[in-house]
Formats: sequence, structure tokens, C-alpha cells
Amino acid sequence: MTENKSKAARVARTSVNKAFNNGNKLRVIFISLGLFFLYAPILSLIIYSFNASKMMTVWGGFSIKWYFELFKDYQMMSAVGTSLWISFCTASMSVVIGTLAAIVLARINHFKGESLFALFITAPMVLPEVIVGLSMLLLFVTLTDFTGWPQSRGMITIWISMVTVTTAYVTVVVRGRLCELDNSIEEAALDLGAGPIKTFFAITLPSILPAIISGWLLAFTLTMDDLVITSFVAGPNSSTLPIVVFSSVRRGLNPEINALATIIVFIVSLCTFAYWLIRTRAEKKRRIGMVK
Amino acid sequence: MKRLLRTPELLRGRRKYAVIAFPYLWMTFFFFVPFLIILKISCSEADIAIPPYTSLFEYDEEKLNISINFGNYISLFTDSSYLFAYLKSLKVAFLSTLFCLLVGYPIAWAIATSKPNVRNVLLMLVILPSWTSFLIRVYAWIGILKKEGVINNILTWLGVVDEPIQMLQTDFAVYLGIIYAYLPFMILPLYTAIVRVDYSLIEAGFDLGCRPAKCFLKVFLPQTYSGIIAGSMLVFIPAVGEFVIPELLGGKDSNLIGRVLWNEFFNNRDWPLASAVATVMLVLLMVPIMWFYRNQRKELAGGKS
Repeated sequence: MTENKSKAARVARTSVNKAFNNGNKLRVIFISLGLFFLYAPILSLIIYSFNASKMMTVWGGFSIKWYFELFKDYQMMSAVGTSLWISFCTASMSVVIGTLAAIVLARINHFKGESLFALFITAPMVLPEVIVGLSMLLLFVTLTDFTGWPQSRGMITIWISMVTVTTAYVTVVVRGRLCELDNSIEEAALDLGAGPIKTFFAITLPSILPAIISGWLLAFTLTMDDLVITSFVAGPNSSTLPIVVFSSVRRGLNPEINALATIIVFIVSLCTFAYWLIRTRAEKKRRIGMVK
Repeated sequence: MKRLLRTPELLRGRRKYAVIAFPYLWMTFFFFVPFLIILKISCSEADIAIPPYTSLFEYDEEKLNISINFGNYISLFTDSSYLFAYLKSLKVAFLSTLFCLLVGYPIAWAIATSKPNVRNVLLMLVILPSWTSFLIRVYAWIGILKKEGVINNILTWLGVVDEPIQMLQTDFAVYLGIIYAYLPFMILPLYTAIVRVDYSLIEAGFDLGCRPAKCFLKVFLPQTYSGIIAGSMLVFIPAVGEFVIPELLGGKDSNLIGRVLWNEFFNNRDWPLASAVATVMLVLLMVPIMWFYRNQRKELAGGKS
């Protein structure tokens, strides 16, 4: 009986080990195939951005002329400016609303309409953009009908729409951090006589700051990148970068877009790398501090 | 016990409602109210005016005339091209989600079971593409898939095909585009779920003589259901209304519902019909949205303090 059992255990152990060893190989295969799939298209854009030939698929020698063409393209450059400004304003506002919403969802146990509120915060992340864009536009048109505001569509309507959508993402990020956080320090501060506002700015805010920064960056890139919602609510003088890129791409391949893609990938990788470096440093510091 | 019963003092009484009010009012006014307006305008008629629709209520000589037009909905259900677009969108979204799951699960598993420091780098590498432009990543596939594109060049060079294959402007390209663009949204929730899998249960399964395949299906997979639901809904729901991918990669005939809505709105300027298209899409998506929402709430309920 005992012999049987130990035999079974041995078989089990070897099968776990075998599965594990096979697993190592499988892991490498899955990861390399996955990363190849994710990065090959981006890599092809980067390579062709240095192609001298206008035909994107024929190699005409190395050249950086498309970068110069891109920087000379006035329409594209002014769209970059517009997009950066709108994204900055959007991210800054949605961080405020998103953090408040996260505090509401993480720190208040029950209030009337809580589940409806949670639905408002979840739905914008998944709803098809065409629906959100159309509904936003119709809201603004109706508002103009009744109140005369907004007189025309443009920056302000894009800002309101994108704040509404990106707030949901900020809320999820900040809320995750708030739920991890031990609120006994907050309570200690309150017990020791610090006012609620002081407690928030001295205790809560510094500890959720990394999440707020992540949320800000997320809202910024989402706005920078949005085509569909922005197209619905944009006016004639508020062409953002995706709108200009889309109208150019619709007309066919354009080497300038390759150059633009390369620049975007470069900036994003640089920022991500810097962010990652700072995070790892901070993490290390924290660990050393904990040992002490 | 006392602590559990006490609402954190930071938010109490009047201050509590002040904190709730601002985000609540913003989302109600800018997110919820617009859907009521869509519903209202879907029941009006297209008109050559600014804005291009008739109004529902008219007050004339002490009489309030309400005219509700169901014509838009009726044409959605009688004109087979709309019905076809809805069905096709659901099919494309469903199959893309399935493929995303099949591709994403092994990758998520491989990342989740790597060493912790490698894990973070890999996770960053998976997220990184989605921080670059969505539009440009879809555009990249045009250069790869078209007749004189990268794949056809390689295939002709290898001598596998004599004639370039038509890949761009086919349904294949649409599926590929959706899977490519949405894959990170599938991998992330799956990763979160797989990382939390309790391996002692699997060891117990092995010890009790469970075969690896059965062990995976009966012990491993059920522990990751919440990740599967979250990932699938994050792909399925937006994919139903996807516009950019079918527009850039699909053929002229690949009329998915997102594209139909866009064309009704921008090209035909038929706002009421576009609203009706959106309303029906919203009704169709209500079930998956609620499913996603329940799943997210259950996920987060554990962490609520």
C-alpha cells in the first residue's frame, strides 16, 4: 500500500518536473512568437521610414528625407501642436475627476446610486467609440439649441468628450492603488487631529501619486491617439493629429507617416524606459528602507 | 470589528456628498444624458436643416404635438443590408475575440510564469505598442499585406507563389487587424488572473493522479475565468463597433456596423438613422457590458477597505 503511494508520488513528481522542463521551452517559444507578432509591423514602419524611394515597398537606398518632409508639412505640424495641447488639458482634468471618483469608489462603503456610478465609470472603457462620439455630438448640438453654448465645435467639445472617456481609465488605475493602500495611516493622522483636507494632501495624495501620474500619462496618450470620438465632435479649425493622419492614410501609403510613426515609437519607448528606471530605483530604495 | 464598521472619517457627512457630487454630475451629464438624446433623435426624421432632423415636440396653438417616428427602426429591420451588417459585426467580433484568446492565453501564461524581474520587462514590452498610435499600427498592416507588400515580396522571392495573393481589403485583413490591435487588452487581464493561480491545487491534482491535460482544464482554467471574461469583453465589445480597422484594411464590401453608422452620419448626413443604428447596437451590447461590469465589480470587491 505504502509502496504504491510512494510510486504514485514519484510518478507525479516526475510528471510535474517534465511539464516544467517542457514549459521552459514552450515559454520561450510563446513569448518570442508573441513579441514578433506585436513588433514586426512597427519594425517594418521604422525600416521603411529610411527608404529613399516613394514606393514604400521598393528599397531605394537609405535616406532621411521623409523626416525633413514631415517637419516641413505645415498642416501636420500644427496638428501635432493642437493634439499636444488638447491632450495636456484633457489629462489634467481627467486626473482630478478620476481621482475623486476613485476615492468615492474605494473609500465610501455605501451611498445611493453607487452601482450606477460604478457603471458610468466602467462603460466608457469598452463602449464602441462610434456610439460615444455620436452621443457626445448630439449632446452638444442639443445644448446649442437650448442655451446657445457651445457656439461652435472645436477644442472645448473635444476636451469635454475626451475627459469623460479617459476619466474611467484614471479611476481604474488610481482605485487599484487606493485599494492596495492601508488606510490606517490616514486614520492615525485624523486621530492625531489633522484636518481631513490636510490629511488628504499630506498622507493620501503622496502615496497615490505614482498611480495619478500613470493615469495622467494614460489619459494623455489616449487623447493623443483618438480618432473616432474626436472626428465626431471636432470643428473645422481643430484638426488633431489622428484626423490629419487618417485623411492622409485613406489616400494611400505615405512615407511621411512612416517617419511620424518612427518618431512616436522613439518618444514612447524613451518615456517608458525612463519611467521604468525611476520606478525600479524607487522600489529598490523602498526595499532598502524597509530592511533598515 | 469597530474599524470595519466605521466609515473612514476623511469622508463623512456633507463632505462625503461634496466629493461624490462632482464626478457623479460630470458623468451623468456628459455620459448618461447623451444616450437619452440619441434615443430621442433616433425617433425623429431627417431634414435638410441645421441640425438636420425634425423636432419631436411642437407646441402650436395650445396643442402639444408629439410625433414619434419609428421609420428608422423599421428600415433597420426591413432593409437586409443593415441586418447583415449587424450579424457580420457580431460574427467578426466573436471570432476575433476567440482568436485573441487562443493567441493571448499562451503568451499570458508564459509571462506570468517567468521570473519576477523578467516578468515586468515582458509586461512592459506587451503594453508598449498600445501606447504608440493605434491608427499607425493599423496602417502598418497596409504595407505588409498589400499586393506589393512585405509578405507577398517574401513569398514570391521564396518561390512559394507566382502571383501575389490578395490579402488587403479582405475579411482576413480585418480579423488580423482586430487581433493585432486588441491583443494587449486580452493579455493583461489574463496575466493578472494567471499570476494569482494557486499552484498547490495543481500539485494536489497531480498527486491525486490527474493527467496534465485534465488538470489544466479542471483546475487551472477555472481559476482564470475572471481574466478570460474581462479580456474577452475588452476585445468583443469595442470590436463590434470598430470603424478604423474595417475602413483601412477591409474591402469595400466589408460593411461592419461601425462603418455603416459612420457613413450614415458623415456621408449621408442622416443623423436620425445613425442614432437608431447606435441605439440598436447599444441594446445588443447591453448583455456583454453588464457581464463585464459584474465581473469587474466582483474583482474589486475583495480589495475594498
